[in-house]
Amino acid sequence: MDSIWQNYKLPIIAIIVLAILAAMSIVFVGEDEQAVVLQGGEPVKTINKFNPDEPFGATNAGIQWHLPLVQRVQIVDRRILDLDMERQQVLTSDQQRLQVDAYARFRIIDPIEMVRNARTEGNVANQLAPILTSVLRQELGRRTFASLLTAERGNAMTNIRDILDRQARQYGAQVLDVRIKRADLPDGTPLEAAFTRMQSDRQEEAETIRAQGRRDAQIIRAEAEGQAARIYATAYGKDPDFYDFYRAMQSYRTTFQNSESESSFILSPDNEYLNQFRGRR
Amino acid sequence: MAGKSPWGSGGGKGSNDEGSGGDDSTSGDVPSSEGSKGPRNPWLPPGKDRGEPRRSASIEDIFKNRGPEGPRRTGGGGKGPNFRLPERPGGKSWFPLALGGLAAVWILTTSVHQVAPAEQALVSWIGGKYSRTMDSGFQVTLPYPIQSVDKENVQEIRSEKIPAGDTQKLILTGDQNLVDLSYLIRWNIGDLALFRYRLADPIETVREAAETAMRQSVAELELDTVLSGEGRAEIEQNVRERMQAILDAYQAGIVVQGIEIDKTDPPETVVDAFKDVSAAEQDAQAELNRARRYAQQLLARAQGDAAAFDKIYAEYRLAPDVTRRRLYYETMESVLRETDKTVIEADGVTPYLPLPEVQRRNRASQAEGQ
Repeated sequence: MDSIWQNYKLPIIAIIVLAILAAMSIVFVGEDEQAVVLQGGEPVKTINKFNPDEPFGATNAGIQWHLPLVQRVQIVDRRILDLDMERQQVLTSDQQRLQVDAYARFRIIDPIEMVRNARTEGNVANQLAPILTSVLRQELGRRTFASLLTAERGNAMTNIRDILDRQARQYGAQVLDVRIKRADLPDGTPLEAAFTRMQSDRQEEAETIRAQGRRDAQIIRAEAEGQAARIYATAYGKDPDFYDFYRAMQSYRTTFQNSESESSFILSPDNEYLNQFRGRR
Repeated sequence: MAGKSPWGSGGGKGSNDEGSGGDDSTSGDVPSSEGSKGPRNPWLPPGKDRGEPRRSASIEDIFKNRGPEGPRRTGGGGKGPNFRLPERPGGKSWFPLALGGLAAVWILTTSVHQVAPAEQALVSWIGGKYSRTMDSGFQVTLPYPIQSVDKENVQEIRSEKIPAGDTQKLILTGDQNLVDLSYLIRWNIGDLALFRYRLADPIETVREAAETAMRQSVAELELDTVLSGEGRAEIEQNVRERMQAILDAYQAGIVVQGIEIDKTDPPETVVDAFKDVSAAEQDAQAELNRARRYAQQLLARAQGDAAAFDKIYAEYRLAPDVTRRRLYYETMESVLRETDKTVIEADGVTPYLPLPEVQRRNRASQAEGQ
């Protein structure tokens, strides 16, 4: 041990110093990272800058070098980042209020610009958030409530993305996508009004259904009555005279035969029923 | 490793433990110098306070010098004794062999990988550069620090429930109504490298893409279509396609397997009104049933009456006069049998009408009086 130290003192020290220097000048850049080399605080070059055409593995990721002490390396995310907008109330062109939750997806494509103008990815998001908000308000404010719900939304989003993208370029970022995550009626009056409308819609529907039910029932009854009348007419029409007699007989029975009502007959002997009473012939 | 070997072989002679090689070298030094101090020990106790540090140091050295059985050796030396006790024939240390063995085990365990059928594994170079994606089976890579392996189950279907809890999630429909909707997204990883390297937060992205797609799809339909379930399959299909398009645009490496709509309800506040609609449907149905019952009865009655008439009429046709008479008398008979009858014979007599009435009253009062 002694002898090694004594004999190889210089190389050992040299190796240690080299190792330390290497550690200071090595940087690991992951496949999902890019890096900016800063010299005296000024970005001088990029490592593994985003390039959509490079397949993974063919990039410059991995072990990278920079000058120790003089240069510093800042790692920048290479992935798609999320820019979440705070919930905003937007006034549409037809004066409806809409609570909008939107998000944007962006990516740092020029890390040098980003480091110069925003320093970190977080700052880029912070810078873009108010821009997104105002652009969104402006664009959505030009459209009607109904159009926001449906087809035109895509169009609006493309516009917003383009505007936001232009702003983002100065921070070295590219905006890939802006989307409305949620579009809700604001709490309070608008929401209540919508509920009331839904309620009244349903009440109307319920009443209509009931009325239709009653109407249909009436029709069924009337049809049955008509059919019954036809049956009666067919049967009785064969001999109206006999029917008159027959029906009269039935009618007498039901009218007078009821033991609860008290009926009295005062019959004249001329009565047809009594025509045999006197035994005439 | 390369840096260690000169130390290891150096330490292998003098001592055994490369990590404490520095210590051992001093322990090699010190005892020789302090071995002469040994005799001083008995002298020291009186000046204990003053000589404390030096004395304790020398005791340690004494223990060390005693050999491997000393408490300090076994306690601190770790694997020291294991290497030291048995000597290889030829007097060489086991240490290089053990080291080589360890290295072999290390290389074997970190360079041979079993990737399960449902899994894929990302191989990356030291420093994080992507090397390749391994499919299932036995796979070989370079040993650990050079290449590292990150396995992930790519076939497992993961699911995300939206909304996460039992809260209400109101979505605007095309006719500007609200529907309370909850659903499940099923997805898996399609391309592990993209999944790992492209998105900062893949799961959040899945959720947001789903929500965007869902709201857009629901906004294309009317409330009734959504609620009745007839639009359900359509929504599920639309959302899946839209989500996939969004995620593909992000190169997320995610495959959306399906969307399952779990619940479509009217908002809680208006649920009663919706229930009233179905109650109204029941009411209307009940009304119709009642009408039908009436109709059936009416028709049956008409048919019965007609049939009865037909029968009688058939008889009547055979003997009109007799039948007519018979019917007349039978009817009169049964009618008059149960009623009060007064036959007034003489002409010009004004009948005292209430007579039978009075009689009956008298009879009734007599019956009461008794």
